[in-house]
Amino acid sequence: MLQMRVARSRRTALIGLTAALAVSLTACAESERDSGGGQEGGTLVFGAPGAPSNFDPFYASDGETFRVTRQMFETLVGIKPGTAELEPELATDWESTPDGKVWTFNLKEDVKFHDGTPFNADAVCKNFERMFNQTGAGATAALSYYWIENFGGFADGAKPSLFKGCTAENPTTVKLELTRFTARFPTMLSQDSFSMQSPKALDEYKANDVKAEGSGFVFSEYARQHPTGTGPFKFTSYDEGNGTIELARNDEYSGDKAKLNKLIFRVIEDETARKQALEAGDIDGYDFPSPADWASLEDAGYNVQIRDPFNILYLGITQKNNEALRDLKVRQALAHAIDRQTLVDSVMPENSEVAKEFYPSSVEGYADDVQEYPYDPDKAKQLLREAGHENLTVELWWPTQVTRPYMPNPQSIFGALQEDLEAAGITVKPISKPWAGGYVDQVEVADAQLFLLGWTGDYNSPYNFIGTFFGNAENQFWTSGSPWGQELADSLADADTTVEEGERDAKYQEINRKLMSDYLPAIPLSHSPPAMVVSSDVQGLVPSPLTKEEFASVTVSSGE
Amino acid sequence: MLQLALVVVVLSVLIFGWLRMLPGGPVSALLGDRGTAESRAELTEALGLNDPIFVQYFAFLGRAITGDFGTSTGVSPGKPAMELFLERFPATLELSIAAILLALIFAIPLGYLAARRRGGWLDNAGVVGSMIGISIPIFFLAFLLKYFLSIKLGWLPTGGRQSPDIDATRITGFFVLDGVLTREWDAAWDALRHLLLPAVALASIPFAVIFRITRASVLDVLDEDYVRTARSKGLTRRIIRDRHILRNAMLPVVTTVGLQTGALLSGAVLTETVFSWQGIGQALAIGFERKDFAVLQVVIIAAAMAYVLVNLIVDLSYAVIDPRIRSAQKVS
Repeated sequence: MLQMRVARSRRTALIGLTAALAVSLTACAESERDSGGGQEGGTLVFGAPGAPSNFDPFYASDGETFRVTRQMFETLVGIKPGTAELEPELATDWESTPDGKVWTFNLKEDVKFHDGTPFNADAVCKNFERMFNQTGAGATAALSYYWIENFGGFADGAKPSLFKGCTAENPTTVKLELTRFTARFPTMLSQDSFSMQSPKALDEYKANDVKAEGSGFVFSEYARQHPTGTGPFKFTSYDEGNGTIELARNDEYSGDKAKLNKLIFRVIEDETARKQALEAGDIDGYDFPSPADWASLEDAGYNVQIRDPFNILYLGITQKNNEALRDLKVRQALAHAIDRQTLVDSVMPENSEVAKEFYPSSVEGYADDVQEYPYDPDKAKQLLREAGHENLTVELWWPTQVTRPYMPNPQSIFGALQEDLEAAGITVKPISKPWAGGYVDQVEVADAQLFLLGWTGDYNSPYNFIGTFFGNAENQFWTSGSPWGQELADSLADADTTVEEGERDAKYQEINRKLMSDYLPAIPLSHSPPAMVVSSDVQGLVPSPLTKEEFASVTVSSGE
Repeated sequence: MLQLALVVVVLSVLIFGWLRMLPGGPVSALLGDRGTAESRAELTEALGLNDPIFVQYFAFLGRAITGDFGTSTGVSPGKPAMELFLERFPATLELSIAAILLALIFAIPLGYLAARRRGGWLDNAGVVGSMIGISIPIFFLAFLLKYFLSIKLGWLPTGGRQSPDIDATRITGFFVLDGVLTREWDAAWDALRHLLLPAVALASIPFAVIFRITRASVLDVLDEDYVRTARSKGLTRRIIRDRHILRNAMLPVVTTVGLQTGALLSGAVLTETVFSWQGIGQALAIGFERKDFAVLQVVIIAAAMAYVLVNLIVDLSYAVIDPRIRSAQKVS
């Protein structure tokens, strides 16, 4: 009995202690809720396939980051919604000197950053000087990718830079000086990395304070918590514990104000989980539905919005490790061996197109009369015979653990290509590697023979496609080993620096013709459109071929 | 403690070496298809990945002693790996506790009842149910749960830890507990609703294993002499159940619970991925895909430590349950 009483009193004491602990904890813990109510306008929750890397667009190069920052920031020149065409954004108009080296931009008046500071010519110059003066970790390709790709070097002079200087002529006029002419300017300024950010916030939160540490980068407080732009939405919070990024309407926005009250991006990495979240009504839309789900989503009443294709999938050919591939006839045989129309019809998403050359027809310098390679296995065999390689054996590389907008299903694409090549008597040795587990590394240093890769255009410029591929002869195709590799690189540089538009267009057309007839360093396969899907309640979301969607015009009919 | 320290050191060497032997790495994850041979070489140098591996290891060790395990490159770029771990660990712990509680609440009483009514409908249903629990893949169970309970019936959310429009105060990182502590009842309820499906999915295997062990163990004990003696002494059914059957049957069950708790992380990798649960299981899955060395190192070492600690707790609990072990410890 005594034992039972002791046990009971112990139990009572334990319960008492737990209750006291709970009361004291609840007494300490205070709700931090904002007591004010929100404005009407609705909330859109959009499913994103990945988390943003940070919120400073200058240090980003990934679509997950830009999807968010694009809503908060603006660039000097913008892209007309639904197209790849240039339009004014923070600059109302611009003009250049005849040599194309000095550009004068007139700026919109009465524009303010989210912190209340004015956007003016001084702010533009401070932004460009900040970009130009990057050093250390900030000047590596992982962080300053778009600056390096477009402007080249930095103020340290280690590599030549396109940027020369910036002058604020008056509060609404700014002059940008370049070291040379490039046809990509000012279109390149439409890229999110060149967004205008509040100089005050950049200074206050030490935006340039990035460093390489322990196999990664440490970002500044600005990049993690205080992004400050001029856009229609402003940053509210990033709840990493719940994988949500919340933006609120900027009521001081200078243009048409956002219709939504709140815009929430919810990170759902798994594609099936994103679809289920939409079906359950947990989210209002998501990006990159699997092409296999497009029809069923449409049938279920969702709005699948297919973007115009602005990318290229190619079968890369590295001439370094297989001597046979250095012979043009062999490369032409490979092109004839592939049934690209069937590939597009059976493996690629709806609205995909067979690629005739290395970029879509909407881009300057596209030539209609390039040499084509219709599907013809007999012709392929004949060319191989002529080249003395009728028993050709090639390695065909394809990546695992990845889907890209231009390559939604690498395994199926590989399967179709393998079948076609084998039908032309070519022995295929398949090699698959995880995307970040060796594939891109080895392909980039020209270790592969035939490989699947592609590109999504950043803006409407031929150089953004073929200049990226072949502008430097040291590339994944090992064109430096060909007698024409440097010639191709030089002709691209020449076209890019040609001021007169008609002449430039003709030069790019000629390069495209030669690429497809004389060089054939790779085989263009397809342009395939990525899609996004929204519920029927969502209106006003305009799909962009550049995947640069803006949510300011979006409404959700059911509201909040 | 010595055992724990040894496990951590050996494991850190193995993980460090193994990750760097794999093809690819943070550079390919960071640059993807936008890198060139030149930019890759430059970035590899900037991140110190060209140094000999032992130099890299000792640099890592030197920083790790001060709590700096490096910076995430793939899961949450720029975030210190330890901070990321501490932020995500409560999520996994919340899910694991919920799963193990669900498993215990149902498996032990059902296992006991199934043994007492051997051959009855409850026993048969329990055995079949536990077979399904063990054999059904978590991702498929998750799909079924989401399809019926979320999409068709709309009762529960499909994933995440809380609705994005809930304005919740965060204190401990355990969202349900935070809601209770701050008396934000809507937030607590919403977090609980989000917790239910992943917890059920994660509980399926521990439930099945614990049910079967409890049932088998109780069946063994029922035939023991001391149970017969207790009955003949005229003790009440409750005393016989609590003191003579359950207490003696619990030793193998506790061992199993310990092992299952330790093994929950492997289930959490899948469950958290499928349910978009921002825990360390999901971090591990993304970390592997994106070769996030810093995150993988900290998560794997911490998971091993948790496993050792859980087993230590299990060892200690033997003494509480079995007086013979207690007295043996005293004698020694």
